[in-house]
Formats: sequence, structure tokens, C-alpha cells
Amino acid sequence: MGFKTPLYDAHVKMGAKIVDFGGWDMPLHYGSQIEEHHKVRRDCGMFDVSHMNVVDVKGGGVRDFFRLLLANNVDKLKTKGKALYSCMLTAKGGVIDDLIVYYMDDQWFRVVMNAATRDKDMAWVNAAAKEFGGLTLTQRGDVAMIAVQGPNAKEKVYQALGEALRAPAGALKPFHAVTVGELFIATTGYTGEDGFEIILPAKAAPFTWQMLNEAGVPPIGLGARDTLRLEAGMNLYGSDMDETTTPLESGLAWTVALEPADRKFIGREVLDRQKAQGVPRQLVGLVLEGKGVLRNHQKVTCDGAGEGEITSGSFSPTLEQSIAFARVPASVKIGDRCTVDLRGKPATARVVKYPFVRNGKSCI
Amino acid sequence: MSNIPKDLKYTKSHEWVKPNADGSVTVGITHHAQDLMGDMVFVDLPTAGTKVTGGKECGVVESVKAASDVYAPVSGEIVEANAALSDSPETVNKDPYGSGWMFRLKPANKAEVDALLDAKAYEALVASEKH
Repeated sequence: MGFKTPLYDAHVKMGAKIVDFGGWDMPLHYGSQIEEHHKVRRDCGMFDVSHMNVVDVKGGGVRDFFRLLLANNVDKLKTKGKALYSCMLTAKGGVIDDLIVYYMDDQWFRVVMNAATRDKDMAWVNAAAKEFGGLTLTQRGDVAMIAVQGPNAKEKVYQALGEALRAPAGALKPFHAVTVGELFIATTGYTGEDGFEIILPAKAAPFTWQMLNEAGVPPIGLGARDTLRLEAGMNLYGSDMDETTTPLESGLAWTVALEPADRKFIGREVLDRQKAQGVPRQLVGLVLEGKGVLRNHQKVTCDGAGEGEITSGSFSPTLEQSIAFARVPASVKIGDRCTVDLRGKPATARVVKYPFVRNGKSCI
Repeated sequence: MSNIPKDLKYTKSHEWVKPNADGSVTVGITHHAQDLMGDMVFVDLPTAGTKVTGGKECGVVESVKAASDVYAPVSGEIVEANAALSDSPETVNKDPYGSGWMFRLKPANKAEVDALLDAKAYEALVASEKH
């Protein structure tokens, strides 16, 4: 028996296959993972992501705190409601977790971190916060989080939750958030599709879930969430990055702000050195040329360059072939062929730039 | 509750076996097995003429979630593989005991077929795995 979100009973009632996910009893699928994947790409669907760790950080020194804590620079957040994706790093440059931080006002930043890393994340941020007097960190165990994603997601949200949302939420640019009453609505997500992530009071979650479902938004399990995010080229903590890899080795250089050079953040020295000397490894996309499925931890051999490993591999329902992320030597180039050990049989895969799918269309 | 037809034989590795009038047997994976695996996306089956050994792997089924070996229920020679599964692996989910069959094989020794689990024994096995 694991932790349960406020929507657990709703999942069981809707026929979900429940699995353990980082200590949480979560829905893997409600019948067919592939059908759920297609619903999100072609129409819309909703995910219970209430297991994510929502933390409000408040106080006068909140911006300085995030300047130190994050590899990306919170000074990019100039307008209220804007969000930033970043990693927080160890002193050795390893990724403790990836997160999204929302700038709500000069005294309040909201952070959303991963579920499975909750305890070590909180130990880390609380320790770091001690350097900053007067900061309060509040884990929001009283909220739930529902992601509604897909080309028709926003229309269905207005239909289900009220036209009053259309003006404030509809005006949001990508990667922004706004509060409307007790709802926190953000144009973030993990599928590569349009839509919202909605944080709301836990007690209101079952009713909201039901309203969305009645408006034609089907529930989607975490299985499809994984194939959607892989197609969209989004990293998963614990698979594509962890404390043994830096963001520069995980395809996340775009989330690292080394300028201005005088901003001291935890892990900076290692990243400065890697930037100057070059990284030994990189994360690339792979597309399997034949039949079969690429899986996590399979060995990848790149002729003349050395060996690597698949970090996330799966079948892509949109492309109807297998795709993967692999960490390979830095000299491997887009377009190269490599050999993957597919359960003892050698198989050829092509190195590609990701994302694999954008707005429902193939990018490869 | 898993669907376990009474008139079939079963293996501990979750294949079902149906004896045919011509002495061959038809083999597939059970409803329980396909349900555990989820959506099938790839099926790799032995070709006709292949000699197989009872209890040894002779094919692979892959779902979105995982890859699993398919085992030969008894020793013998593959007579025919279900070619339709190559293009429509999801048939294994939709109709595991019907059009989702995987291969036919000619057993070397009929006694091996008789020794397989009956429906009742297989049902007990599935129940024990759930606890």
C-alpha cells in the first residue's frame, strides 16, 4: 500500500490498473496505454499528477535563493506568472532533480518537483534555504494537480470548469501561470501538446476530475505519459539524468545559464570546466531501423566512437516504431548508425535529433 | 478474473495449448499473460520447420512495457506461425485464444502434451501468483 492521491478512488472506479510509482499507488492505464496515447495526440486527455511535489517558497530573499539553487537563472523571470525549467545540482554538477519554478510575485515562487525524489529534494532545499534568513518553504500536501493535454484540451477545460477561465487562462503564453480563485492554471505540460496543468485544492479534485470527464476528457495513465514525453523529447529524472550526470551530458545545456559569469550557483565549477573542456558524453535520440523495441539500459555500440547506453527506450505509438534516448560518446553525430544489443541480437539504430514528434507530426 | 477456457492445456510459463485433430497443437499466450503485459507492439515467432525443445524459449512478445519470451510448451517441430501477428500484434490482446494464436507445432511425444496443466491447475497457478 502506497501513498494515495485525492483521485485514487476515481481511478479505481474508472477501471485503472494501479501500480506503484515511487511509493504512490498510481494509474498505469485504464485499459489500453496506446489508445490513451493517441487520445492525447489527437484530441485530449487528463492525468492525475498530484503525486508531484508542490512547494511554495516565500520571503524577501526568494529570488536570491533560486539564483544559488538552480543551474538556470531565475532572473529570466521578469513578468509575474512566468515559469522556468531547471535542474538543481550537487556541488559536483550531478542532477538532484529537475523542476519547474513559477514566479508569482517578488515574495512568492512556486516550485513543482518530482514525486519519487521528494525526501532528498526537501532535505536539499531546506539545507540550502538556511543560508537565507526569513524564507519559508511549504510543501503543499493540501493541493492536487491535474494535467489536461492535447489539441482540444483548452476548449474542454473552459467547457468543464467555466467560461470565466477563458479570458485569464486563454491569454497565457506558453510556460506561464495565473491564479483564478483557488485554481492555479499553468501552460506547462509533459506531452509536447497544448493544454494546462491545474493545481487546485485537494478536496475539489474529485469533482473537477468528474466535470472534466463529463466534458469529454478521458483519463490517461502514467504509461501513456511516458511514451508521450519520450516522443516529445523530454527527459525523465532517474532514467535520462541523475546525480551521476550533469545537465550538459543529458541534453539539458539549454537549461544551464553560465552567463552572467558572476552568478554563483551550486555545481557551477564543474559545468564551467565541462564547457571549457567539452563533455565526454551526450544524450541523443535513436530510431530503431527494424522491428523490436529499444529498452532502458541496453548497450549501444557506436563504430569508432565507443559505447553508450539507452536511458529511455520504448515503442512510439505515433511513429509506430521504437525510439529511445541514449547516452553516447560526444563524438557521435546525428545521422550516424549504431548497434544496439537487443536481448542478445544486434540491431541497427539511427542517431537523430529529438523531439521525435511535435504537434502530433513526426520530426524524424 | 482471468479467462481460462476449460478445454485447453496450459504451461507454468502462461502458454495455452490446444490439441488438434491432425495430431498437431496450437499454442498462444493466456488472457492472464497478455493482461499483465499490456498493449502488444511486436511479436517474433519461430518459423516453420524449426525444431523446438519443451520449456525452452522459441519466440518473443513485446508490449509497450516489456519484452517476454514465449516458451515451447513441448518438444517438436513448428508447423506454422501466425503470420498475421507480424502486422497486428494487438490481436494477442484482443483475442488471445482465437485469432491471437502464435504457432502450431507437431509434438515429438504426445505424453508431454498430456502432462501439461489442465484449466483447474492453471487457475490455481494464476491465483497463487496474485498473492
